[in-house]
Amino acid sequence: MYSFDMTPEQKMLVDTVHRYAEEVLRPAHRDAEELRHAPERAIEIGWELGLLPSSIPEEYGGFGHYSALDSALYLEELGWGDVGIALHLLTPNLFAQPVNLFGTREQKEKYLPLFCGEEFPKATATLIEPVFQFDPGELSTLATRDGNQYIITGKKSYVPLADRAELFLVYAREGGRTQAFIVPRETPGLTVGERIKVMGINALAMYEVELDQVKVPRANRLGGPKGIRINRILTVSRISAAALAVGQARAAYEYALNYAKERVAFGEPIAHRQSIAFMLANMAIDIEGARLQTWEAAYRFDNREDASRLAVLAKTFADKMVLEVTDGAVQVLGGHGYVREHPVELWYRNGRGFATWEGLVMA
Amino acid sequence: MPIEFKLPREIEKQLQAVKVVAENVMRPESRYFDEHEHERPVNFIHMMWPQMKEMERANLEASLRRDRRLRENGGGGVAVAEEQQTRQRLGNMTLVHMIEMLSWGDAGIYLCIPASALAGAAIQAVGTPEQKERFLRRFTEGEPKWGAMAMTEPQAGSDTSNIQTTATYDPETNEWVLNGQKIFCTSGKLAYEESDGLIVVWATVDKSAGRAGMKPFVVEAGTPGLTIVKEEKKLGIRASDTVSFVLEDCRIPGDNILGDPEVKKKTDKGFKGAMRTFDATRPIVAASAIGVGRAAFEFARDTLAKQGVRMEYNKPRWKLSSVQADLLEMEAQLRVAWLLTLKATALLDAGAENKLAASMAKVKAGKVVTWVTQKAVELLGPLGYSTATLAEKWMRDAKINDIYEGTGQINTLIVARTILGYTRRELK
Repeated sequence: MYSFDMTPEQKMLVDTVHRYAEEVLRPAHRDAEELRHAPERAIEIGWELGLLPSSIPEEYGGFGHYSALDSALYLEELGWGDVGIALHLLTPNLFAQPVNLFGTREQKEKYLPLFCGEEFPKATATLIEPVFQFDPGELSTLATRDGNQYIITGKKSYVPLADRAELFLVYAREGGRTQAFIVPRETPGLTVGERIKVMGINALAMYEVELDQVKVPRANRLGGPKGIRINRILTVSRISAAALAVGQARAAYEYALNYAKERVAFGEPIAHRQSIAFMLANMAIDIEGARLQTWEAAYRFDNREDASRLAVLAKTFADKMVLEVTDGAVQVLGGHGYVREHPVELWYRNGRGFATWEGLVMA
Repeated sequence: MPIEFKLPREIEKQLQAVKVVAENVMRPESRYFDEHEHERPVNFIHMMWPQMKEMERANLEASLRRDRRLRENGGGGVAVAEEQQTRQRLGNMTLVHMIEMLSWGDAGIYLCIPASALAGAAIQAVGTPEQKERFLRRFTEGEPKWGAMAMTEPQAGSDTSNIQTTATYDPETNEWVLNGQKIFCTSGKLAYEESDGLIVVWATVDKSAGRAGMKPFVVEAGTPGLTIVKEEKKLGIRASDTVSFVLEDCRIPGDNILGDPEVKKKTDKGFKGAMRTFDATRPIVAASAIGVGRAAFEFARDTLAKQGVRMEYNKPRWKLSSVQADLLEMEAQLRVAWLLTLKATALLDAGAENKLAASMAKVKAGKVVTWVTQKAVELLGPLGYSTATLAEKWMRDAKINDIYEGTGQINTLIVARTILGYTRRELK
């Protein structure tokens, strides 16, 4: 059947995360952006929600199972709250979820319990490279097999929380395909470089990471001899990113709508004018459309169907939508939308990012 | 019901049969009826009539059952809700899927489907049980027939409250006398002259009362006083019958005003009731639009693939060729329009409020398929523009969907007013 109602459990999840977004993320977001720092307390409280452990099976210390749809539902609320701090909170997922999806039994037993404890795990992943025409299917970072180890060389960027990470999941091209390798921080040859600065999401600390002949044992190749299928990981990531985008867009749309009903020009609220009202209407339509598309991809993934095409379509549409909506929100606020008093200018800077962040979020 | 995206098996089966008709009856005749405007697609009509008769019968019986229950329970209650759930569970969802597929076949030919259509929708929305039986029984039996709705006039399109056609009651003969003119009436000739059908004509019983004076009247086939004066020549959906007619002292029985005495009073209850039918018909028009869009997209994609230009889903945006990026965008936009339509339909079947969802679906579908069909012609180049393929026809067929059943602008206005909580006074 085609039906669209959340279960009571899903409603509770959404309510809980929304409350976190409203009470913790929103008050913190402007300082976090200006000071380029996600407050520890916000991360602590977020971690206490147990979102990641609830997607890890009990046998590895978690208390649930993975559901792309549940993730999409709560990601929308996190994106509504603040994308930058949310991405910080979700950084450990970048290591844990691929292990959850593709790890050998040993790898799952060894690593997944680390993500089910009280401490915020110090783990991250390196995928994006500082090159034009970046393609996760054709990486510049290379891994070569040398007897009982792999040797990895390359340059990575956009690595969240690399400065404090103890575990890195490094994506590299090996045997003509993208594979992933577990690299502990102290491995010789791995150097965490400068913190990078990007257009938005300044609450998220991201770094360059260089790998120079980094050697890891065979056992550290994710998935063992079978390896990984990067497209499946990217499918999860695309659905997650689309859901986050829907949340970011919804935030901007709601803010612009409320502003337009209050702001008086020519004797009436500007929301009385079709040019403004129609912008808002089209925002609402595309946000709902992106949401449904994301839900469908997530549902099919959970249903063990091939959701890769739908995930690509969902992300393609959401990337465009979130830019248009956040752009529209700035426009509705006019001059006030341009200054860093209101949040819409930040949301516009965040909005442009989605089209460029392949693999930056996974939930 | 929980979040789910699964085509019910019952619908899947029915769709297979419809696809066969679309591919084997409609497509081969597409170009012919596009070039022979005002000829009737008789093969299609006769092929669909048995199934349509059956659907009309099922709808009518269910509706009358519901009315009986309402009378017995004194109105409303659990029994009615349950009945609605079982009967309507898949009603509109099935229809929407069928119409998408039929329009994928040929949107103009689809509009020639013999059914009560908008007339049936209006009668179901505000008719008394006696009227439903009297007017709708004919669509369940005998020869193919058509229902039509006549609202638009030369000076009144989006502004429906500006209609000038009048209905005056003659107490001596217990008849309503209609005077005025209508334009752009779909299947008007089929309903009035070429079958034993009927037209629901909107007229005003009191011009000064605005919307409150507007009432629906049933003019049955062959009633004297109605003259069809024009058969439109159109940009697209040329197989569809679109007519203008004039009413000159057209007399109809006093009982042919739709609705109970409450509705007949000077309230806008009847108008509102019929406007509510648009919440049901907008998803259907959206579905029809998407069928045309899907035809164009699939044809463009498959034709280009044969030339070696294939869609690639796993390449980053900046590595796609311009054509690949266009195809990806076309598919994504179509998918969004379809999902919005499915949601509006699911709400309808669940008996829930769906005005916002229906208008959202209509806006998006109208816009998207206009663009998608334009793109298909562009991407196919000179052969896309030529009548050598159907692509140019699909672009012409698509355009109406952003116009009828409420233009994209009107529907955007409805969405805007709803999200802002504004009345007509606050947002014009």
